[in-house]
Amino acid sequence: MVEAAADRLGANVADKQAVDGGQAMPDPRGHFGQYGGKFVSETLMAAIEELELAWLKYRDDHDFQSRLDHDLAHFVGRPSPLYFAERLTEHAGGARIVFKREDLNHTGAHKINNTVGQALLAQAMGKRRVIAETGAGQHGVASATVAARLGMDCVVYMGEEDIRRQAINVYRMKLLGAEVVSVTSGSRTLKDALNEAMRDWVTNVDDTFYIIGTVAGPHPYPALVRDFNAVAGREAKQQFSQQYGQLPDALVACVGGGSNAIGLFHPFIEDRAVRMIGVEAAGNGLSGQAHAASLCAGRVGVLHGSRTYLLDDDQGQIRHTHSVSAGLDYPGVGPEHAWLKDIGRAEYVGVTDDQALEAFYQCTQMEGIMPALETAHAVAYGIKLAASMSKDQSVLINLSGRGDKDIHTVADIDGIEV
Amino acid sequence: MTASNRIDDRFKSLRDQGRKGLIPYITAGHPNPESTVSLMHQMVESGADLLELGVPFSDVMADGPVIQRACQSALEAGTDLDAVLAMVNDFRKQDPLTPVILMGYMNPLERRGIEPFAQQCAAVGVDALLIVDCPFDEAEQLQATLTAAGLHQIFLVAPTSTEGRIQRMVPMAGGFIYYVSLKGVTGAATLDSASLGPAIQPIRSASELPIAVGFGISTPDQAAAAAQSADAVVIGSALVSRLHDAQSVDQALTIARDYLEPVRAALDHVQSSDGEHAQPSLRQVGA
Repeated sequence: MVEAAADRLGANVADKQAVDGGQAMPDPRGHFGQYGGKFVSETLMAAIEELELAWLKYRDDHDFQSRLDHDLAHFVGRPSPLYFAERLTEHAGGARIVFKREDLNHTGAHKINNTVGQALLAQAMGKRRVIAETGAGQHGVASATVAARLGMDCVVYMGEEDIRRQAINVYRMKLLGAEVVSVTSGSRTLKDALNEAMRDWVTNVDDTFYIIGTVAGPHPYPALVRDFNAVAGREAKQQFSQQYGQLPDALVACVGGGSNAIGLFHPFIEDRAVRMIGVEAAGNGLSGQAHAASLCAGRVGVLHGSRTYLLDDDQGQIRHTHSVSAGLDYPGVGPEHAWLKDIGRAEYVGVTDDQALEAFYQCTQMEGIMPALETAHAVAYGIKLAASMSKDQSVLINLSGRGDKDIHTVADIDGIEV
Repeated sequence: MTASNRIDDRFKSLRDQGRKGLIPYITAGHPNPESTVSLMHQMVESGADLLELGVPFSDVMADGPVIQRACQSALEAGTDLDAVLAMVNDFRKQDPLTPVILMGYMNPLERRGIEPFAQQCAAVGVDALLIVDCPFDEAEQLQATLTAAGLHQIFLVAPTSTEGRIQRMVPMAGGFIYYVSLKGVTGAATLDSASLGPAIQPIRSASELPIAVGFGISTPDQAAAAAQSADAVVIGSALVSRLHDAQSVDQALTIARDYLEPVRAALDHVQSSDGEHAQPSLRQVGA
């Protein structure tokens, strides 16, 4: 058993090299199959090319990687543990449910993995100012946090609607010294914040680094953000093999833009026996318009610099989306997910607001772990999936963030004033 | 590019006259859909040589707040792709010569289908497309489709564009090259005209195409300064922001006329810096 596990681990390391070293995707022009690319104005092209060169340089730079590893260990608190969710497993009555505890990272979510990496990159490139967009506020907080630590100016763009929904995170960002800019255009949510941050970047490109919080945007962001998030998947693979002597049968993660999901999935792409399931926000249901499930219910188009699945009307105007969780309330999705869907390597499903809320309560009350509402989507599907599987199988859920920031939203829904 | 295109003809005659081109931009359907065609005619009457018509989009990432607001208002008034094409069709009934360039973003065009859209554009008398979020790197297939329909694709060159990028873009560019005169979004700041001449030199060396300068031009003086080194100037946000306040079609026409005529006059006082065709303008305002 132990020997088999060790063999498996050796094979896993070889797999990682095959995927990372071979750089199968994206191709040199930033395409994942027909997806991705650099659909931005010429005014931004020099900035993204500068970023791409820096990323290629520092990705393989020993000193940079040592600094990153050090920060991930001592500032973020990595590795995050695997946790056997015993009572939820019992409740589901099927496969073993295991959490990858990204909620235990500094600032409470997976987002910090990426912001630590991008901020170090910004510093290495000599940029003094960082900007970010945020939906739920987790990425904004994570950006403000690293900016504070590195002594950089930080401006966070956030939709007016999200500022209302995520008041605690807005205040956290301000405490960290960031300026939070309210975005009042369009649907006043994540997509509009992203537009506004792009405008800032193109205007202040000389001294400013744009820390995109998800695997969307023009190349190299989808690949760069994936690489910084993949630390969670690499750890999980090793931890799971060591603790259970095999790989999980299925991975489950929520998908808005898709950064925590790709971080978990990517190191497993070559392990064909491991199912990978991304859970999108089905809002009030996929039959209507009030959802944010671009892979489940959208079609191919161009948004925010890449070709991907998105939600638009019959005129190609980007639709307003809905989810109880601000972090999933986005009409596009990272291009690598679009590619994984098309080649059949990953599956994508939807979980409604109500199902996510039910899982939020179950996880909180049965495991003593309060998940973010985004994460609750993954938990909801993970429980359902586990129930349909046998007891000798296992489901690994990315517990991507903690729910403290959502207490007001949940209380509101319950009609309670906090 | 074998088929004759109104843009090429227009720049040739501008060159022959020693006249600097004026290219105003308005968003189709703004300040309201009823005014667009009349505004197009008014702009020509007030001295425009080419017209740029914005196709409204929900997420205008490379534009500033003025054009974003115009797009939002146009979309709320129902200005879809068919409406834009119908406007150009109407305009062409009275004006067969003034070139019309549609400026927009990829997604609405892709939703229609690039091929049908290109054919519809050609049928109503559109001459070129400027697709803001489609740099030449992603334009290969698109380009073939547009060329087959007799349309030019206009590309942007930014102050940050490298010479390498300019070299690679030039073979794909048609009509004219649009030089973005400042770092930022449309309507963001004002042009530094002193640096413009040296800045566009690499484009001049790489291409025979005329150069239009835009972003950051709002006053007659700025237009004249930009025209010292460019063949044409594009004016967008400054005009669109004035049109926001129009309460009626007549008022919109008055605003456009009052704004464009002094710009035209200033451009007509610019002596072409190129000795080859330094002829006085044939169309002095007030003459």
